[in-house]
Amino acid sequence: MAKNIIEKIWDSHVVYQEAGKPDLLYIDLHLIHEVTSPQAFEGLRLAGRKVRRPDLCFATMDHNVPTKNLPTINDPIAKKQIMTLAENAKEFGIELADMGHPDQGIVHVIGPELGLTQPGKTIVCGDSHTSTHGAFGALAFGIGTSEVEHVLSTQTLWQTKPPTMEIRVNGKLGVGVAAKDIILAIIAKWGIGVGTGHIVEYTGEAIRNLTMEERMTICNMSIEAGAKAGLISPDQTTVDFLRGRRFAPKDENFEKAAKYWLSLASDEGCSYDVVLEIDADEIEPIVTWGTNPSMGTGVSKTVPTSSDFDSESDKSALQKALAYMGLEEGQPISSIEIQHVFIGSCTNSRLSDLRSAASIVEGKKVAPGVKAFVVPGSYSTKAAAEKEGLDKIFLEAGFEWRESGCSACLGMNEDIIPSGERCASTSNRNFEGRQGAGARTHLVSPAMAAAAAIEGHFVDVRKYVTQQV
Amino acid sequence: MEPINIVNSVIAPLDRKNVDTDQIISKEFLKRIERTGFGRFLFYHWRFDEQGNEISDFVLNKPEYKNSQILVAQDNFGCGSSREHAPWAILDYGFRVVIAPSFADIFHNNCFKNGILPIKLTETECDEILAKGLKAPYDVEVNLEAQTVTGNDGKVYSFNIDPYYKQMLLNGWDEISLTFQYEDQIRAFEEKRVVY
Repeated sequence: MAKNIIEKIWDSHVVYQEAGKPDLLYIDLHLIHEVTSPQAFEGLRLAGRKVRRPDLCFATMDHNVPTKNLPTINDPIAKKQIMTLAENAKEFGIELADMGHPDQGIVHVIGPELGLTQPGKTIVCGDSHTSTHGAFGALAFGIGTSEVEHVLSTQTLWQTKPPTMEIRVNGKLGVGVAAKDIILAIIAKWGIGVGTGHIVEYTGEAIRNLTMEERMTICNMSIEAGAKAGLISPDQTTVDFLRGRRFAPKDENFEKAAKYWLSLASDEGCSYDVVLEIDADEIEPIVTWGTNPSMGTGVSKTVPTSSDFDSESDKSALQKALAYMGLEEGQPISSIEIQHVFIGSCTNSRLSDLRSAASIVEGKKVAPGVKAFVVPGSYSTKAAAEKEGLDKIFLEAGFEWRESGCSACLGMNEDIIPSGERCASTSNRNFEGRQGAGARTHLVSPAMAAAAAIEGHFVDVRKYVTQQV
Repeated sequence: MEPINIVNSVIAPLDRKNVDTDQIISKEFLKRIERTGFGRFLFYHWRFDEQGNEISDFVLNKPEYKNSQILVAQDNFGCGSSREHAPWAILDYGFRVVIAPSFADIFHNNCFKNGILPIKLTETECDEILAKGLKAPYDVEVNLEAQTVTGNDGKVYSFNIDPYYKQMLLNGWDEISLTFQYEDQIRAFEEKRVVY
């Protein structure tokens, strides 16, 4: 029977199955960071338990780490959390990309960079954006700290098999339209709950044409559509990306692995519980105007009005969002002025993201009154970007070029947007207070963020791209 | 984990949908390395103004709801991050039950690991309970064994729950200890697991 990739990976990881119970699934890779792990390690210590498979764990610190003036960590509580991870990794024998290590970075950036992320693996992390790794055809999802402890102790998780969903993106993407715009368009079209309880596979011509880094952007925001996980069947693009990476199989083993990886792709004629379709050529660069990722629209459009919604609860959600965001109904998106630009996060901080933003700002200056900064997703990304001179392009344009970390995506470190001020951000969530109490976040692609930095307000980046062409 | 079966309490009507984990527990409170003590930070930016004073018209600050153990909200409760600090804060504040038409997956999972009962009722039922609770304090009895929520007006709302998770909550089981009983199966799986 034809199977989709979700069913193939699930079925091959069932350790134990019994009617009336969830399945006991084996976990191939457990990624660990400083914020959601300390209580799990403490739980192990209190119960006198060991980490069952430290060789299947990998840790780094990313959420709390400062992005300037290193190695100083000013916040004593953050420092304690960071040091606690280092101590736990040492005590339990888990490999750590520690502060200052060349492999350190955002956990969802370094997993793929190091080749830890591979097709067919079950991957978990105490972080909802674990869905990123689905770009490789892995079944990757975020878990809570109790589950982190469960995986540390048993290398398994009890999971009820969720229904599957196909989101097919047909046709070709327009010039200047990014992977970020695809996923923001999907969430704007169907809402932040569309994927709740489901695992999504993204398919279609527009998805096939994406690079691995672009696929990661799409899968990263699956959780913003409510999905448990989102993945893309592996193909030659996937295989080519992994070849030669530190943890990827070597030599003839790589060829064997590649054959297996390609066999995981969804079978012709397989089925899904739900199928949704969108045409890529309908998608334009998107800017979010509200306080959840579905509250977004094309850059050429306007902020919605009450009359655009039918239900009282949607009208009231609109009013609450606009009051928080300081926007008017019907206001053109291009009239929204910004004071901050953040290029970074596990969604959009990889080399191609930085290249795309740099191509827009090259030879130009950040608009007066705008503070703009770039936070590369990992130290390896930072080094690669510096090697091709991207840091200089950003610095000459008036951007700050920072050290790596999660930074202003969630503002756990000092990188906070002040109350009432507006940020064009390449991150993944625009919830109230996400980037700082009272801060107003607009989610956009790296190129859109770069163009906003130059002009001081949102602008259709296709104008720039056309000029370049 | 504390077992849970019957909870009698006034409901706290939080008439919002898409209540995300950033609102439940804001990032500045995630740096603690303990599981406890998060209750005072629950819904911090909705409960307190920039000077740290209580915002009097926020539902949890109203005296009639202060000792509530049952939180009722609208659709997609707990969306956003995987932070278990969210259910820890809810539990530490004093809630044992959250009622909503739907929950985000990770939050929903996290509840069961902490002895919090997430109850899904229909949107109409939640709207009705919210309306009653906003009009006047509404006392209900939640009975997990019977899978019912019974109002002091006699109205009974029934809910479904996965039987496995129901037993976990009723018994307060430690899931890791349960899984250790499958050690043979885990070892057998590891022996045949293909690694390239």
